[in-house]
Amino acid sequence: MKFSPKSALLVLLSIVPLSAFAHKAWLLPSATVLTPDQWITVDAAISNDLFYFNHAPLKLDNLLITAPDGTAVTTENPGSGKFRSTFDLHLALNGTYRLAIVNAGLFANYEMNGEKKRWRGTAEALAKEIPTDAKNLEVNQTQSRVETFVTAGAPNLTALKGSGAGLELMPVTHPNDLFSGEVAKFRFTLDGKPAAGLKVTIVPGGSRYRNKQDEIELSADKDGEIAVNWPRPGTYWLEATVSDANTSVRQAKQRRANYAATFEVLPQ
Amino acid sequence: MRTTCFLAFTGLIAGSAVAADLTVSVELATIDVAEYHRPYVAVWIEGEDQAVAANLAVWYQQNTGKGEGGKVEQGSKWLADLRQWWRRSGRSVTLPIDTVSGATRPAGVHRLEFSDAKPPLAGVAAGNYKVVVEVAREVGGHELLRMPLQWPPNKPVHAEARGEHELGLITLDLNP
Repeated sequence: MKFSPKSALLVLLSIVPLSAFAHKAWLLPSATVLTPDQWITVDAAISNDLFYFNHAPLKLDNLLITAPDGTAVTTENPGSGKFRSTFDLHLALNGTYRLAIVNAGLFANYEMNGEKKRWRGTAEALAKEIPTDAKNLEVNQTQSRVETFVTAGAPNLTALKGSGAGLELMPVTHPNDLFSGEVAKFRFTLDGKPAAGLKVTIVPGGSRYRNKQDEIELSADKDGEIAVNWPRPGTYWLEATVSDANTSVRQAKQRRANYAATFEVLPQ
Repeated sequence: MRTTCFLAFTGLIAGSAVAADLTVSVELATIDVAEYHRPYVAVWIEGEDQAVAANLAVWYQQNTGKGEGGKVEQGSKWLADLRQWWRRSGRSVTLPIDTVSGATRPAGVHRLEFSDAKPPLAGVAAGNYKVVVEVAREVGGHELLRMPLQWPPNKPVHAEARGEHELGLITLDLNP
């Protein structure tokens, strides 16, 4: 296969869930509530339809799995195909695991010899890789988390501690204790502080078999809290995005922080 | 020796003076299908806050099964399918639960008898409760029934409820 910079760019764009009109990035575990010492398998994909892998695989490079004791664990059988990535995970400990794909980086647009260029990379690489005579340089910072949660045995909260960077979900209701007909509460933080007024969108899975998205649009209160009334059992995808000027990199003018998570709501 | 017998005897009298009995009869529906597996069943008493006051019975495959391709699987793996029981009790208890855990049972009527002199009823405080029966069957259905229970009873009580697919007639009999 011949390498072309154009196809590389397309691949790059398709794996980054952060462009303004992004597809949905998601992790879908085979089960979320399990008895002790079980295995799960997880699909990771980017698509418009939930939860169908019909567009692009989600890269597993920055997959971070936190065990119930707070330690990092590794996956087994990771792989990526045309439409999805998959991996297996042994739930050797009792409690809650957080599965997260955490991306942080910079996007830049600039002009060189009258030609428009796009660049993506780390803060360290920025100075080295973008020519000093680049014109109309515009740098944006991105932070994103794509998460899901699974519990073997009794749930616990050790793996759900926040990092203090970007948008994060803090459980009020445990994310593996969700039942239709019950209200679940989650708190969102931005850089560790309550994300007051955050707009949150929740979309039920199974979108291929209905005519509308059926989104649930919510606004966080002053403490960053939302209350979700799950209309029916099933899988749900939640997303929230913040754009602001609170960058942690000097060259970046704008910061986009994104959070997405998959939940399973069980019937009564 | 004589003293011990006497004490034991008075103990029995004192016990029966306040004794209350609960009989739960659970009918597992007869289901005519090519692939029938005995259901997993949990019977428990829940308080008004839905916390489990007492586990009465949990029936599941006790031994380790060998499935397709020789894969070894614990019978307890599927206990989370009893999703309300798992949530309220199963996930936080050590299995098996003494006198409560048992093997799966065939279709038909199963009588469970309890006395407040012995676990699991001993120590259940007076109050309003519900008896919950939850059933989950492999390649089959799931069903859950709740019946009100006032404990301890001050007069004999008989109550009935009927399931729709996995459960038949459930009866409660209480005697002071």
